[in-house]
Amino acid sequence: MSSAILYALAGAGVFVLGCYGMVVCQHLLRKILAVNFMGSGVFLVLVAFARQSQEGVPDAVPHAMVITGIVVAVSATALALVLMLKLAEETGAASLKDSDKQ
Amino acid sequence: MPVFILNIPWAALLIIVPLIGMLLAFLFSSAARWMGFITVFLNLIAVLGLAQELSSNGVFQHTVGGWSAPLGIELYADGLSLLLLFTTALVSLGVAVYAAGYFSHSKASSFWPIWLMLLTALNALFLSSDIFNLYVTLELLGLSAVALTALAGGRAALLGAMRYLLTTLGGSLLYLLGVALLYHAYDTVDIQLLSQRVEISPVTWTALGLMFLGLSLKTALFPFHFWLPPAHSSAASPVSALLSALVIKASFYMMLRLWLELFSDFGVIDQVLGLLGALAVLWGSWQALRQTRLKLLVAYSTVAQVGYLFLAFPLAGGNQVFAWYAAGYLLISHALAKSAMFMATGNLLQYGNHDRIADLDRVVQRLPITAGAFAVAGVSIMGLPPSGGFIGKWWLLESALVSGRWDLVTVLILGGLLAAAYIFRVLGYTFTEAPVPHEAKRVPPAMQWIALILASASILLGFLAPQILPWLNIGDALIVVEAGS
Repeated sequence: MSSAILYALAGAGVFVLGCYGMVVCQHLLRKILAVNFMGSGVFLVLVAFARQSQEGVPDAVPHAMVITGIVVAVSATALALVLMLKLAEETGAASLKDSDKQ
Repeated sequence: MPVFILNIPWAALLIIVPLIGMLLAFLFSSAARWMGFITVFLNLIAVLGLAQELSSNGVFQHTVGGWSAPLGIELYADGLSLLLLFTTALVSLGVAVYAAGYFSHSKASSFWPIWLMLLTALNALFLSSDIFNLYVTLELLGLSAVALTALAGGRAALLGAMRYLLTTLGGSLLYLLGVALLYHAYDTVDIQLLSQRVEISPVTWTALGLMFLGLSLKTALFPFHFWLPPAHSSAASPVSALLSALVIKASFYMMLRLWLELFSDFGVIDQVLGLLGALAVLWGSWQALRQTRLKLLVAYSTVAQVGYLFLAFPLAGGNQVFAWYAAGYLLISHALAKSAMFMATGNLLQYGNHDRIADLDRVVQRLPITAGAFAVAGVSIMGLPPSGGFIGKWWLLESALVSGRWDLVTVLILGGLLAAAYIFRVLGYTFTEAPVPHEAKRVPPAMQWIALILASASILLGFLAPQILPWLNIGDALIVVEAGS
């Protein structure tokens, strides 16, 4: 049981790392990667909780949630990357700093 | 009427029709506009059918594919869902008419499919009855909204869309983490089952905090509103109307639903939400007053109006159910009034090629319908009688007076005064000549009239409260469920 809790804590740690990266990093690619970190953290937490269920076999429902989450994350990352490319094309740099001068 | 005797699953239609419409609009891009119109019209019929179903049979439940909870997806509609579905259908009709005239052919072939996807996501969200399906529909909603925002092209829109995307993804992941915790603690994601099993414990507190933090980010509650003004002001006008009127309300609906079903015993959170709402009202209205560009003014006005919605949380404790009615009423009248306002602003942008408030050139003489639409929508935003906004704010004021919350009374009054200030400031400039008069471009009459019609609808709401309230009560949506019962 304790190994599952360890994984869940690791997931929470990855999630916090992702939050930090999203706020602090300037380059958009790093922000997008940070969001993926957050997603991976949540998925790790879900899988760890699945492992920790009462019966011997892991609970399959969180696994289904993780798969759905991965699909959503892939689509969202694709959209984010295209948006970043268009932004870089338009402004010459992939960052949100320009928006502060209005 | 014979058609209602057939057991049509109206809720399923509400999801399938926009989905098919989206596919057809994408495949047949030359006829995208017609696909959009037909879909929106059928959507309204489905909502009316659902209303008929609710009024005769009470709460509507439908298991998709025959697989029931806890593993299957169930569709659930009660009075609160119906209110939001109806608001969505009305605003969608308005936006369809407006967008038909607004977009050139090339942009239109992108706009209609993405927008119909947004409509699917909204309908699915309002019909979901388990927290994980809410996450999926919320993500679908966020991604479509970002794509629509970026559609306008250009630096400002792309920056606004990127910031919106990152914020909305962060918010969804916070929410998902909360879902994971709740599932682990109570072994189900279905809201009805959860409401019976939820108890006050550290796990539930953490889940509540994470979910509400994520949803507050998506609803642009102060201080998480930073993404809203750039995104809503740089998007194309029909898109801004959709974003301010409907997309923000979806995450608010989720907070309301989760609060009422699961978390109503968690005392201090409603005070925190109320405080943030009060700050949102004051800060948003003050910033709106300071703006020189009209679209930014309307966007900051949205920030302020969202704050009003959150004032219902502290006021509804102590069995003041009218506070929840007020939130519902403000929701629908703000949706109508704000979309009308953004449409009027879009007309002004098209007319003069700019939206600088001080340079509005004799709009009252040359675009009277648009100026009228802005003024009438402003009446509802300010909360002047007779309008839907007045009813909502009056109920909030009444609940605050009865509960003795003089701080919230002050905030409500100050908010109303500030709103009046920024609305009248704009209206004043519409009467004057600009320092440098410019060529006026023609604005299609359909775009002007639909803004006025939507604005008048928000006024009409002020007269229809006795007819609308019984609908809200179907399914006892707004009665707080006791935890652990």
